[in-house]
Parts: sequence; structure tokens; C-alpha cells
Amino acid sequence: MATTAAEPTRRDFLFIATGAVGAVGIASAVWPFVSQMAPDAATVAAGAPVDVDLTPVAEGQILKLFWRGKLIFVRHRSAQEIKDAQSVDVASLRDPEADAKRVKAGKDQWLVVYGNCTHLGCVPLGNEGAYKGWFCPCHGSVFDTSGRIRQGPAPTNLPLPPYEFVSDTKIRIG
Amino acid sequence: MAGHSTYVPKTAVGRWFESRLPIVGLIHSSFVVFPNPRNLNYLWTFGGILAFMLVAQIVTGITLAMHYTPHATMAFGSVEHIMRDVNYGWLIRYLHANGASMFFVAVYVHIFRGMYYGSYKAPREILWILGVIIFLLMMATAFMGYVLPWGQMSYWGATVITNLFSAFPVVGETIVTFLWGGYSVDNPTLNRFFSLHYLLPFMIAGVVVLHIWALHVPGSNNPAGIEKKTDKDTLPFHPYFTVKDALALVVFIMLYCWFVFYTPNFLGHADNYIEANPAVTPAHIVPEWYFLPFYAILRAIPDKLMGVLAMFGSIAVLAFLPWLDTSKVRSGSYRPMFRFFFWLFAVNAVILGWLGAKPADGLYVIASRICTAYYFGYFAILFILGFVEKPSKLPASIAESVLGRQGSAAAVGASAAAEPNTKG
Ligand code: HEM
Ligand code: FES
Repeated sequence: MATTAAEPTRRDFLFIATGAVGAVGIASAVWPFVSQMAPDAATVAAGAPVDVDLTPVAEGQILKLFWRGKLIFVRHRSAQEIKDAQSVDVASLRDPEADAKRVKAGKDQWLVVYGNCTHLGCVPLGNEGAYKGWFCPCHGSVFDTSGRIRQGPAPTNLPLPPYEFVSDTKIRIG
Repeated sequence: MAGHSTYVPKTAVGRWFESRLPIVGLIHSSFVVFPNPRNLNYLWTFGGILAFMLVAQIVTGITLAMHYTPHATMAFGSVEHIMRDVNYGWLIRYLHANGASMFFVAVYVHIFRGMYYGSYKAPREILWILGVIIFLLMMATAFMGYVLPWGQMSYWGATVITNLFSAFPVVGETIVTFLWGGYSVDNPTLNRFFSLHYLLPFMIAGVVVLHIWALHVPGSNNPAGIEKKTDKDTLPFHPYFTVKDALALVVFIMLYCWFVFYTPNFLGHADNYIEANPAVTPAHIVPEWYFLPFYAILRAIPDKLMGVLAMFGSIAVLAFLPWLDTSKVRSGSYRPMFRFFFWLFAVNAVILGWLGAKPADGLYVIASRICTAYYFGYFAILFILGFVEKPSKLPASIAESVLGRQGSAAAVGASAAAEPNTKG
């Protein structure tokens, strides 16, 4: 220690300079290895919009389809189901959202939601559970006919995928 | 590892080699002359059994990998191909699948042994923490291995477990997307799980080396929980413990073979013989039996984030055990109050496992909550016990605990070499 001068030496300079370059080097080397974990270009490209023809979906039926590898439910709701969904006191919900916010205006009969339970991702069963919306067999989450969480461990409502009506009987998801 | 080497190679070549790489001497000092407490019981044979199981999994696993295809459209078919077409493929796969279960049987015995005899206490804290790390790596390995056959349980198990990370606020969703390499469990997920499933066992092997290194600094704990003091307290590893370990291993392998040959799917789930279908979840999804207690803890808590934290916490708390147990006495044999709570903890863990396999409603949920409370409560109780419990009298030495006061005195002069054959 006594030999180390109080003055910074050339070695001190080299130590700090090398360390600084090394830190930047490590950070930039780690980046590609983290980034490769993200969805790759092909997976992202598979997220191109899909058109769904609604004419064959009868009232009471739930259509299942995939977009970007994710399951989507398209549900043709009956008048009773719509009424049940609308007549709920929104403030009493765990994830308060009015039914009108979850469907397109004037298209109350069509509910389009992601098909994986917001708890841990299982596929809930349609027309089951206390509210006849969905019931998740994995840990017992119950969703209503608007896809809103009513009972069980799931924290949020079934989310809505981005979609729009391109004609009266056709939607475009994505 | 610790230097007890008295080893001198007999041949000139041996001496030439030893002076350049003293590896034979290392093995000699670690596994031949290493002085073990003479009172070790059969619970101390599970370390060796675990080492065997790790090697068995690596050998069967690498063989399976020669026939297996890690692709979402082909994985399920390739496992069936292993079962039907590959010579002895059925045997190798059943050895691997049941081997994972037997590995966990052994590790649970090993952990409870440590908890009963206070093996985690000073000076073995690092040794214990390395063990907890191995346990975590084993769980990660087994989880990812179970995804590989790409059956319904594989797929939905992967979905549920990776989704646990979505509970974390802000970054949760991003973490899950990065784990999947997509927007759901799919081919990229299967690919990376295969890569990691291949890697992790070798990381386990590395930590096992550290674990044994840390073990050989103080040496093994023992049923009396007191340190060895004189040569009278110990016996050389070979032949006394090599034989004991080998006998236990053979009996253990018999049980392993019973599963493999007589009921190879008993510990599995029939749903995993249905190919993965992202549109349908099986009516009753449960993890493999060795995860059930932790799964029960997850489901006992009605809040998603808290449930996930409780589950991870139930494993993490083990790492802190050396500081949560305040008693100076190691062995449960000399702690009357501890013994009661310990056995209650053990029974509680089994009940949690049973609850983890039951549907999550009604009384099962209430029972899970009570059991979860005791699981964590146990560690608080241990903390208090150290202050209030009055331990029974410890033997003066390991030799005395085996031979009694008389015997330990007699053994000094008597034929020390012949006598140990009656004990140990
Ligand atoms: C810590 C050691 C290991 C454990 C606990 C373990 C666990 C498992 C489990 C539980 C399965 C699912 C079995 C089934 O139901 O079919 C599996 C499958 C598989 N493992 Fe491992 N494994 C280990 C080491 C290895 C190693 C070192 C390899 C080498 C590459 C390997 C390769 C495979 C392959 C190819 C499969 C898929 C075939 C099959 O499902 O049988 N494993 N593993
Ligand atoms: S995944 Fe639906 S309730 Fe847990």
C-alpha cells in the first residue's frame, strides 16, 4: 500500500478505463441474448388481422378462433344474456366496466373477448357457472355474459382484442 | 476436499501422476478415509441416492434426446415413437419419467432429515442454502421436462406456471411474453424449455460439487447433533459407509424398478397422452405430485399476486431456516417440544399435497388456508421455541450416544477395529 502514490497512477487510469469499457461491452453483449427471448419476426407477422364471418354463428353459440396464437371467443348473445349483462350494478364489480364498453355500439349481441382466463390462462367453459357466462375449471373463476369476473381468483375481466366491424356480418380482428 | 489425505500411490506411475494432478488423493481423502460420525442412520444414505438419481436422469435423458424432436407439431409423436419403435424406448422413457419422481422422493426425505436433526445450523448454513438452490433447480428442471412430451398436461401446466409471473405488477406481462417467445405457449416455448431442460441438470451437478465441498469442511451432522471430538466418534467412509450407502441404494432402486415395471403411469396423468390442444383445458389440471403442496399454497390465497408470493415464499423461507431456528441444540431427538411441531409440520405438508390435488372449492379451500397458515407458522414457532424450550440432556460424545457411558469407556482399550461391526 505504501508504494501506491496518492497521485493517480497510470495503472489507476488503465483500471478505470478498462473497467468502463468492459461494463459497456458486457451490457451490449447481454442485450442480444435477452432480446432473442422476445416474440420473433415470424410470430409477430402472424399477428396480421383476420376476418371473421359472423353469419354461421347462431344465437347462443360461441366461436373459438386463434389470432397471434391466442384464443378468442366470439359469442352470439341472446336477448336474455344481454339483459343480464346490462342490468348489473357496475360499481359492485371487481373490475368495474359497463357492458356497453365491452361491445361495439349497436352490436350488443356480439361479444368478442380473449379466451384465456385472466387468472393463470386456462380456457373457461362457455355457458357455465352462476352467471351462465363462463366458468374456469382450473381454480374456479366465474365470468358473466359480458366476460366480466364475478367470482374466484381471476383479477380482471376477459380482455377485448382489437377488432372492428367491416360489414354488418363481418369483423376484422387485429 | 478437506485435507485428510494420507494417500501415497503404490506405483511409480501413480506417484508421477499424483504429483501433477492429485485427484486420486482427493477422492481417497473424501470418500475412502473421510471420518464420518459412527452413529449415522439410514436417513444419511439419501445423499448418495440423490447423486445416483442425478446420474440416472442425465444418462436416460441424453438417450431420450437422441430420439426426441423438440417441435410443437412433432414432439408428441416423437415421444410415442420412443414408446413404440425405439428398442427399449419404453424402458428408457419410463426410467426417466419415474426417475424424476424418485428423485423428489429422495430429496424430500433428505430435506426432512436435515430439518429434524438441525443439519442447517452453524456451521452448515451454506451447505443448507446450496441444498435449497439444488431443490429450486430440480423443480425448474422437472417442470420444463414435463412440458416436453407436449400432451395436454404439459401444455396447460406450462400455461398456468408461466402465467404465475403475470401476477407481478407492471413487468409481469412482459416477463411472460419473454418466457413464451410469443403470445401464448407455443413452439418457441417448447424449444427453449428443451434447451434449458438439457442444461439445468449439469448446473445441478455443479452445485452438488459445491454442496459436497461445503459438507466436507465440518463433515456430516449426525443423529445426536453434536460434533465429533475424538477418533472414537468416527469411522472411515470406506468400508463402513460405502456399504451402508450401497445397501440403501439397492433397496431404493428396487422401489424405483417396481414403479417402472409394474405401474409406470401411476404417478403420471392420463391426460398427458392426449396431444396439446390450446383450445381446450382438461377438466382437472393438477401438477405432478411433487409440486402439490406448493400448488395448494398458491390456491389457498384468494388474491393472485399474494398467492404467487406465498408460493415462492414457501420455498424461499427454507433458505432462512438457519436463522429462524434459534435453538442451540441441533438434533430433534433432544428437543421434546420441537419434535411435536416438527411432526405436525411433516403431516401438514402431506395434507397440503393431498389438498393440492383436490378441486379448489368449499372445505378444501378452508383446509388449505389452515394448512398454509401452519406451514409458515412453523417457522415462527421455531423462532420462539429456542427461547422457551428446555432440551433434554445431550450425550457427552457421539461414541457415548452409541455405546452408552460404559461402552464408550470400554471401547477405548478394546478391539476398536472389530467392535464397530456391531454398530454403524
Ligand atoms: C435433474 C434431472 C432431470 C429431471 C428431474 C428430469 C425430468 C423430466 C420429466 C419429469 C420429464 C417428463 C417425462 C414424461 O412424462 O414423459 C422429462 C422428459 C424429458 N427429459 Fe428430462 N429430466 C432430467 C434430466 C434430463 C437430461 C440431462 C436430459 C438430456 C437432454 C433430459 C431429456 C429429456 C427429454 C428428451 C424428455 C422428453 C421425453 C419424455 O417425455 O420422456 N432430461 N424429464
Ligand atoms: S386459470 Fe382460471 S381460475 Fe385459475
